[in-house]
Amino acid sequence: MSQKLVERLRQEFGARILGEASEHGDESVTVARDDLPLVLAHLRDHEGCEQLSDVVGIDHPGRQERFEVVYLLRSLSRRHRIQVRVDVPEDEAVPSACGLYRSANWHEREVYDLFGVPFAGHPDLRRILCHHEFEGHALRKDYPIEQGQECTRPEKLFSDEDIAHAARRANEVSAQPGVVLDEVHPSDLLTVNLGPSHPAMHGALRAECLLDGETIIEARTEIGYIHRCFEKEAEDHTWAQVMPYTDRLNYCSAMLNNSIYAMAVEKLLGVEATPRAQAIRVIVSELSRIIDHLVCICANLVDIGALTNYWYLYNVRESIYQSLEKLCGSRLTTNYARIGGMSHDLYPGFDEEIKAKLQEMEQGISDVMKLVARNRIFLDRTVGVGAISTADALSWGYTGPCLRATGLAWDLRKEAPYSGYDQYEFDVPTGENGDTHDRIMVRMAEMIQSRRIILQALENLPSGPVDVDDARVILPPKAKVYGSIEGVMNQFKLIYEGIQVPAGRGYGFGEGANGELGFFCVSDGTGHPYRMKVRPPCFPIFSSYAELIEGGMVPDAIAILGSLNIIAGELDR
Amino acid sequence: MAVDLERPSNFITTRLRQAVNWGRKYSLWPLPFGVACCAIEFMSTVSSYNDISRFGAELVRFSPRQSDLMIIAGTISYKQAPILKTIYAQMAEPKWVIAMGVCASSGGFYNNYSTLQGADHVIPVDMYVAGCPPTPENLLYALTRIQERVEKEGFVPSAARHPDRVGA
Ligand code: SF4
Repeated sequence: MSQKLVERLRQEFGARILGEASEHGDESVTVARDDLPLVLAHLRDHEGCEQLSDVVGIDHPGRQERFEVVYLLRSLSRRHRIQVRVDVPEDEAVPSACGLYRSANWHEREVYDLFGVPFAGHPDLRRILCHHEFEGHALRKDYPIEQGQECTRPEKLFSDEDIAHAARRANEVSAQPGVVLDEVHPSDLLTVNLGPSHPAMHGALRAECLLDGETIIEARTEIGYIHRCFEKEAEDHTWAQVMPYTDRLNYCSAMLNNSIYAMAVEKLLGVEATPRAQAIRVIVSELSRIIDHLVCICANLVDIGALTNYWYLYNVRESIYQSLEKLCGSRLTTNYARIGGMSHDLYPGFDEEIKAKLQEMEQGISDVMKLVARNRIFLDRTVGVGAISTADALSWGYTGPCLRATGLAWDLRKEAPYSGYDQYEFDVPTGENGDTHDRIMVRMAEMIQSRRIILQALENLPSGPVDVDDARVILPPKAKVYGSIEGVMNQFKLIYEGIQVPAGRGYGFGEGANGELGFFCVSDGTGHPYRMKVRPPCFPIFSSYAELIEGGMVPDAIAILGSLNIIAGELDR
Repeated sequence: MAVDLERPSNFITTRLRQAVNWGRKYSLWPLPFGVACCAIEFMSTVSSYNDISRFGAELVRFSPRQSDLMIIAGTISYKQAPILKTIYAQMAEPKWVIAMGVCASSGGFYNNYSTLQGADHVIPVDMYVAGCPPTPENLLYALTRIQERVEKEGFVPSAARHPDRVGA
């Protein structure tokens, strides 16, 4: 399908397509900077590419056109994806895609922040992850990783001018016929800072709101409070050493990150995990999805005042944690998958234990459903609050439960099955209105489906090894290391030089707990990633937050945020 | 504290300092400065299984003005640092600080352009908890160590305890 898409593009644009490439199943075309808006618009309007998944910057110092910007597009309706690349010399601008895709806004800001590539026509080209006093561009190859820069004060998101402007706009509304409101003066507006140190903002998100009475008339968000430089750290480590860093992306479901990262690197290596490893990945990934959803729902309910549910759900999570700890020695930061396999096999009695815990989970969910399903307060707080349509959600780059809540049954486990997901029977729950209520309910239903998958996977768990038989990626058994010179050398090279991933690039992705989690990997054939870009599902989702809460009240903003499940670790990376 | 056995009825003699510290020790109100993964383990610590209320510290307050024990759970970035400093300054004396996890203690395995190499670069820290993340048991142990410290303290405000480390 994608192959034909490239052909169609060539027919349409002829010599304006400067190059095309196909690597590991990812199709891409290179175009001139000035043609970019044209090509993107064509892809959106005539090829069904509703979604801009990500924008990736790559630095090639020494090249005349130093930077490369890659736009990752996806068509959900026609099930194809394509990457559009442009090359750009230092200090020259790329035309912005903000007019075409709403998600482009933050993605381009990120490229600007970390690489210093300007985007012409971008409405709000500011730094996004690094603080406002930061100088230089952190992901350029010549920026030293350890060079920290102090920040003396937080950034003000609304200037006096912005506030005056907001007041004028509020008055324009009241000037409409049939609406009688008092005139709004700038001094009537109150700026309220939600976060970053606010219980509902998870300590790391910030939304500054302009209030007229209790209504939020304008909001601006700021992120980057726990930017921990995952991508720069990845360049500084070997491929295998990146694994523990992936734990801390979405720390509520570390196993999912582990598995998808391993898959992405395996794609570049051209190896496939063994059937047993795949099944184990499915089991631990679904367990992770469950505990992620549990935390999301219980925190969401606490934020809107329903504390009891927290205890019901958190106990289940705690109980699953204990099994995970038994499995890999750590409760939260599991570091369990390996490139080419798993760190070790399941422990004896794992399946019985997990089955019992899944029973507990069902009990917990049914207890909570009894408390909330027909609870007037819960319904008043969530139904119709923060609703978003499918088309808007797609343009904002929504994936995962938040997209499914709008009614679109899009799940990468079904649409692009990996790790043998096609062997399992499960449904893709959807909502109708894309509001807070539906987002919570979709997650509830997904946990039940995850349980179904785990039970099937446990039932049909293939026997055999968990690691591929490939000395390039898997450490030799200890007996070999101590007993033979080849073994020692193999171990030594894998540890010191790292897994030698062949030069090339590939985008590995899977269905994370919040949506499409992707790793865009570029290898130059040395033992370290040349570039690693994470596509965190909640980054585009949070970019829509300001618009979702405008016009609502502050308590609604809190309810909406909880239901979007923004995990700062993967948001800021 | 002592119960006077010589005298017939029910009263206890003690020193004021001890009585006050005894009260403080069992009613620490934690402020979770939870910013990253460690905050999830903080949630585990307060939930039923580990139940921080066994130690009298279950009244989690998100207002710095109402709490006296700050638990820094997570990575502090340079961007976050001025906020941490402000929140700490807003807490009333006496106050204590636990750096939960290696990130808050030393930057952990994030030695890079964005991560502050330990919260003690901006505010004084009383207790460092190892682990990435520390287990709830570990955090509870740190809490009991803070309690021991509270018991022995006078009325000296905590800023005066570490004059050299404030705002370093
Ligand atoms: S110490 Fe580890 S678990 Fe805690 S915030 Fe840092 S990386 Fe996360």
